[in-house]
Amino acid sequence: MSYMPVSPGVGMEENFLSLDDILLSQERLPCKTDTEFPGLGFLEKNADSRHIPEGTKMEMPLWLAKGLYERKRRVISVELPKVYREGWRTVFGADANVVDLHKMGPYYYGLGSQMLHFDSPENLEIAQTVLQTFIGRFRRTMDSSQNAYNEDTSMLVERLDCLERALFRQGQSGLNGFQLWEKGRAAQLTASSLVTNYRKRKITDLQA
Amino acid sequence: MFCEKAVELIRELHRMTDGQLPAFNEDNIRQVLEEMKALYEQNQTDVNEAKTEGRSELIPTIKFRHCCLLRNQRCITAYLYDRLLRIRALRWEYGSVLPTTIRFHMCAEELEWFNQYKKSLATYMRSLGGDEGLDITQDMKPPKSLYIEVRCLKDHGEFEIDDGTVILLKKNSQHFLPRWKCEQLIRQGVLEHVMS
Repeated sequence: MSYMPVSPGVGMEENFLSLDDILLSQERLPCKTDTEFPGLGFLEKNADSRHIPEGTKMEMPLWLAKGLYERKRRVISVELPKVYREGWRTVFGADANVVDLHKMGPYYYGLGSQMLHFDSPENLEIAQTVLQTFIGRFRRTMDSSQNAYNEDTSMLVERLDCLERALFRQGQSGLNGFQLWEKGRAAQLTASSLVTNYRKRKITDLQA
Repeated sequence: MFCEKAVELIRELHRMTDGQLPAFNEDNIRQVLEEMKALYEQNQTDVNEAKTEGRSELIPTIKFRHCCLLRNQRCITAYLYDRLLRIRALRWEYGSVLPTTIRFHMCAEELEWFNQYKKSLATYMRSLGGDEGLDITQDMKPPKSLYIEVRCLKDHGEFEIDDGTVILLKKNSQHFLPRWKCEQLIRQGVLEHVMS
């Protein structure tokens, strides 16, 4: 396929132009203001109408939290979402495979890496848990992606987070390519998927 | 919260994972630019006040609005860039003439960009392979034979091949044709490559 979108960043780095990273950074985090924000009261329904007072608990998207947070100054404090706290970390430690990471995320690994920007004393534990969880689950994801041929995979991907789903799709793409080659159909010229999908969409538009 | 409209643009593109190009959302972009203008002007006012009257308590708010401006800028830039990636892919998937329905989805600047890209690609291809140039948009899969069997999927009218013969491409007709003449029609879904 000739359309090659900008891929998400790795680890704590975001890619500025990546659509995935922009959506990841839209995730909301529980925060607390450590200073007053004059004139912005209209954003916070509960606050005194004109200003957001110091000590207000509010949800902020990741991009805003990253932009406002300063290590040496008290601007905002960012709380760890439940899934990265000790309670859940123990669950991951026991058996990472049972967790529905789509429900707990859907950006479990992405958001986990981004949380490290906020200098939590638990950063080391968070990083280790996220890494070990990935290692624990990877084998199953890879295995199923390489063995599910021509079948409905919705059950298999249901509990995967976005990163795992992308890996699963890559695995499937490789599997399908190999199968085509084995059947001697790798040399068959095909219509562009863009064209076929476009035509399908046109038909549904006409029917609507 | 600010910047919701900007993220809508991103979601719109993200939904289309196969590289389809949705209509250019001029309306949404205009609203984002209006929001940016308002944020910028409010910040200008507050910065002046902070400087002249020493009101440093305004700084957190100024920073807040600045984050929103950067966010809107990021979303618009990524939106425009991702669309260009899709438009570039169209040259390789559809060929150099785009169907009118797709052209309607592009804004004037994007059409101009597509024309420039076509020209650059053509110039480059002409510079390869000696006098004749080399069409690198052909033979995307290594060819196994000079001639291939194709079936026509829809009526496409008359088609002339190199020795002057004219073939009538009628729906469901089957032909044995030179591979290099068919490749583009196969990509466009007019012909189907029949493997024995």
